[in-house]
Amino acid sequence: MHFTINGRGFDADVDIRTSILDLCREHLGLTGAKKGCDHGQCGACTMLINGRRVNSCLTLAVMHQDDEIVTIEGLGQVDDLHPLQQAFVRHDGYQCGYCTPGQICSAAGMLDEITRGWPSHVSDDLAKPSLDDDEIAERMSGNLCRCAAYPNIVDAIREVGSAAPAGRTADAKDAAMAEEIVA
Amino acid sequence: MKSFAYERAETPEAAVRDIDGATARFIAGGTNLLDLMKLQVETPTKLVDISRLDLASIDRRDDGGLTIGALVPNSDLAADPQVIAGYEVLSRALLAGASGQLRNKASTGGNLLQRTRCYYFYDTASRCNKRSPGSGCDAIGGVNRILAVLGTSPHCIATHPSDMAVAMRALDATILTLKPDGDRRRISIHALYRLPGDTPHIETVLEPGELITHVELPKPVAGRQVYRKVRDRASYAFALVSVAAIVAVEEGRIASASLAFGGLGPMPWRNAAVEAALVGQAPSADAFAAAADALVADARGYGANDFKIPLARRTLIATLRDLTGA
Repeated sequence: MHFTINGRGFDADVDIRTSILDLCREHLGLTGAKKGCDHGQCGACTMLINGRRVNSCLTLAVMHQDDEIVTIEGLGQVDDLHPLQQAFVRHDGYQCGYCTPGQICSAAGMLDEITRGWPSHVSDDLAKPSLDDDEIAERMSGNLCRCAAYPNIVDAIREVGSAAPAGRTADAKDAAMAEEIVA
Repeated sequence: MKSFAYERAETPEAAVRDIDGATARFIAGGTNLLDLMKLQVETPTKLVDISRLDLASIDRRDDGGLTIGALVPNSDLAADPQVIAGYEVLSRALLAGASGQLRNKASTGGNLLQRTRCYYFYDTASRCNKRSPGSGCDAIGGVNRILAVLGTSPHCIATHPSDMAVAMRALDATILTLKPDGDRRRISIHALYRLPGDTPHIETVLEPGELITHVELPKPVAGRQVYRKVRDRASYAFALVSVAAIVAVEEGRIASASLAFGGLGPMPWRNAAVEAALVGQAPSADAFAAAADALVADARGYGANDFKIPLARRTLIATLRDLTGA
């Protein structure tokens, strides 16, 4: 089977039952996405497929050979972090870090959904959703954090979501600090 | 997970041709099917991948209604401007269900056909007539707090878990299908689901290999629309009780009412007697109580889920109060 992950082509001969999560972790050395529940309940495995966030544990690899798959490794690099990665560092948006790759991929997909005007369960006006803390909490409810770092996760996402246009805006000090922590 | 043969269908006609045998399954989003396959609750010998079929558009018909492709993801359906404008209850129901990730994958057709979340259906060490016909039901007399109080049988007390399907029932949706012999048929959503009786493993009137291709909604009707969902968590939880309501008040009287319920029965529930208790009446506490009485007239609790009966009453009354201001 042939896959496109983080812009690179991969060939892999895997069992028909293999999920995209297991393909990445067990066969391609992309261990950023984590396996929490393996049943679509925790969100630790969240990746972007054709730009949309999905639970990669509930997704058969064989069904996505023609798609663009992006994992946390493709979202940012150690020397060039994605704005959400920088914001999670800056706001201490984790404790143990196990849910973090899923949180960040999910947040990236979620902010794109807001840009497209998609409403949520807590949107008063379905035609004009806005980004506030209630919206962030509702839209991120598919990502569990057992350390309960939720307040700082919301802070990090709000900061990136409020920046217009979304871009890599952190100053050099933040970037250096982020690099140090990631290293 | 048991292994399986895999085929990707290029057309609906090829899909129903490929789905030979009762042990084959269509797969679209796969969010429910793969979960069940991991637990070996589902053990299909073959998966026919329908995810690439050209059934993912939402089109307005000349009669003013909408035709929704079976592969439209739940996210896209909820965010569609035509759905928001004319069928707010559907958008609200979809957004009340699952998570952002799951809604991005889950399809319209798959949502209609998702399986119960009864603990005993999921636990292959338990007896379950739905999973293993004739084995018994450990939910009756077991941990049944989340299970049904309407439409149950001595063989099964499972609930249908969908929010979307509850709104579809309030909206009088029609299901369009393609059968393996090439015939197409139209099935009212009111006729799609079956009560469990003594065959709870047969959940719909669909025949083996019959593929849902579209869902049709009639043109938008008058009235205010709301979806009220009561659950154990504020987000990302199945309904204990939910109400999809479309109610129109004209000249101080309820001119029309369309009410469907989730979390209470083995199918999205609708009872004409509930609506009959309201239509023609002035909105009032007495009228709402009469409707709530009609809803729970035949309800039966199984111990831990007894609370759902008064909860259903209160949820309906609160919904009607909100909609009419009475």
